[in-house]
Amino acid sequence: MTAIVNVSLKAGVLDSQGKAVHHALDSLHFKGVADVRVGKQIVLKLTETNRDKAMAEVTKMCEEILANTVIEDYKIELI
Amino acid sequence: MKVTILQFPGTNCEYDTQHAFESLGATTEIVWHKAESIPSNTDLLVVAGGFSYGDYLRSGAIAKFSPVMKAVATYAAEGGKVLGICNGFQVLTEAGLLPGALKRNDGLHFISKHHHLRVENSDNIFLEKLSNGDVVNIPIAHHDGNYYIDEAGLQELEANKQILLRYTDEKGELSNPNGSVSSIAGVCNKEKNVFGLMPHPERAMESILGSDDGVRMLQGFLAS
Repeated sequence: MTAIVNVSLKAGVLDSQGKAVHHALDSLHFKGVADVRVGKQIVLKLTETNRDKAMAEVTKMCEEILANTVIEDYKIELI
Repeated sequence: MKVTILQFPGTNCEYDTQHAFESLGATTEIVWHKAESIPSNTDLLVVAGGFSYGDYLRSGAIAKFSPVMKAVATYAAEGGKVLGICNGFQVLTEAGLLPGALKRNDGLHFISKHHHLRVENSDNIFLEKLSNGDVVNIPIAHHDGNYYIDEAGLQELEANKQILLRYTDEKGELSNPNGSVSSIAGVCNKEKNVFGLMPHPERAMESILGSDDGVRMLQGFLAS
């Protein structure tokens, strides 16, 4: 099983990189963009085959190290 | 006075820090991150600056799981005096020993220059050689120095007098180089025995190199 973890700054925490990318898109005349958030993606190949157990384990990983929950949110997708 | 300085893979300010404290008469020891205990005669524990683990994942995120960090948490919980400079500040916030977090600078650039700081609260064991309102000239050198804490956390810091330093100009007017919430350059924990700051006082020890304002700060770290 593979877990895809997306980590990004929480809503309300200023995302300077997102802002810079938004500005660049605007300079390139891509006018239909209302907001940009830049995050990171972490792909984990798991040996666990049970989805619930995998989700619980990856959630723990996110809380302990993959995300800093003071400033970041995370989303986990299992495939 | 015995100063113990932690060294992680990627730490690069341990020898400057050692030199600075020894110039003030302290004895020092550099301790590798694999150590499981802190030397028992330590009076001040310093988490030095640099790029522990190459800043991978987030600054300080991997270092917080180094073996020595359990000993650091115990040392702090028992009232030991802990100082985190730059990357050391990032490590201490990641480890939960200090509130808040350090984000990428708002301008997205690595900033390396002298900057002025205003002493906000000197009523603690770190800045006792300085007075509230004093302005010092200390270098900063960071990419992730943008201090963040939510509104409730900020109010708590204010109420407990945990904000020790703010970025200012030479007159002491707020001047924010990196986007830090409330222009914060350094905070301590509620118990006031753990202090983290992004600027590098150990690099401001000789006027010929730009400033010797770090001397008074380091003397304060060594006092009591």
